[in-house]
Amino acid sequence: MKILVVDDFSTMRRIIKNLLRDLGLNNVVEADDGQTALPKLQAGGIDFLITDWNMPGMTGIELLKLVRADPKLVKLPVLMVTAEAKREQIVEAAQAGVNGYIIKPFTAATLKEKLDKIFERIDAGH
Amino acid sequence: MSNKSVMDKLRLEQAKALVAALESNDEEEVERWMDELTTARESTLFLELGKLTRQFHDAMMSFALDNRVIELTEKDIPDAKERLNYVISMTEQAAETTLNAIDEIMPVTDAMAVGVEDLAARWEKFLHREMPFEEFKAMSKEISEHFASSQTGLTLVQGKLNEVLMAQGFQDLTGQVIKRVIELVHDVEQNMVELIRISGKRFVPEAKAVQPEAEEHLAGAGPVVPGVDDRKGNTMASQDDVDDLLSSLGF
Repeated sequence: MKILVVDDFSTMRRIIKNLLRDLGLNNVVEADDGQTALPKLQAGGIDFLITDWNMPGMTGIELLKLVRADPKLVKLPVLMVTAEAKREQIVEAAQAGVNGYIIKPFTAATLKEKLDKIFERIDAGH
Repeated sequence: MSNKSVMDKLRLEQAKALVAALESNDEEEVERWMDELTTARESTLFLELGKLTRQFHDAMMSFALDNRVIELTEKDIPDAKERLNYVISMTEQAAETTLNAIDEIMPVTDAMAVGVEDLAARWEKFLHREMPFEEFKAMSKEISEHFASSQTGLTLVQGKLNEVLMAQGFQDLTGQVIKRVIELVHDVEQNMVELIRISGKRFVPEAKAVQPEAEEHLAGAGPVVPGVDDRKGNTMASQDDVDDLLSSLGF
């Protein structure tokens, strides 16, 4: 499973990468905002997207909307990991088709739980 | 010939014509030249008044834009102070978590190092066949104990390292907050420059209503700073709140 982690702060990308490695997920690529993430997604081969919201260039919510508008990416699982915690934002992300939403600061257990939940649903869908 | 001297020449001619009319007792001509002179005077006056009105209007408009100054001082700067306090407490927490983890890790690794050193020396002795059987029995028992305590110790170290890893998230969260404060400082700077530019016009407009935040959430506002961003009650305090909201939306 190849995972793309998108966050403008490299510290956060490293933290998420480390946590994923602990969960046995070693194939991780990175991007620092939506604009650099989108071509990587369009190039194919990414099975899972973890993205921040608040980023320069292109935000995570814009990226999510573009992913859902792309026939090749429409089913890509997307997990948002962000400090954005307003009610309207979570509703917005849900309507845009996010698969999970984690607010920062978060714990390793929360990340594992949300990932498991998303994988479970994907498995059930097949 | 300049505009002024053209005007002067014209007026001089008009005045001469007026004097001539008066001397020749031509009532009609006198009236006509009097009218012409006063009209010229009035139109200059209106022109000047018009210019003044325009300047006044422009000054009013530029000051109206500067209502932002009042919003800055009344709302944004106190908010910025709260935000910076949040940065202090986040960095403090991260530093404490890290230092606490080190405090707990060090004695464990120290004890493991001592144990390994001791056992390694005795193991060498055994390999050189210099160890009596009784001593070997004792060492075997100690090796077993060492394995057990190392396992416990390593589990603790792994857990603590994980805590240190997670504590580094402060860099992202405080970075987002500091970026907002930098934007504010930039805003203040621009407004100060503008204020200095138009200073001297001594009137202070009423504070305008706070700018609409309709689309603000789409851009992203960074972490919820306690006491600043949670005033409106539309923020989620924990992951549990988020999960509840999502499940209410059918997730």
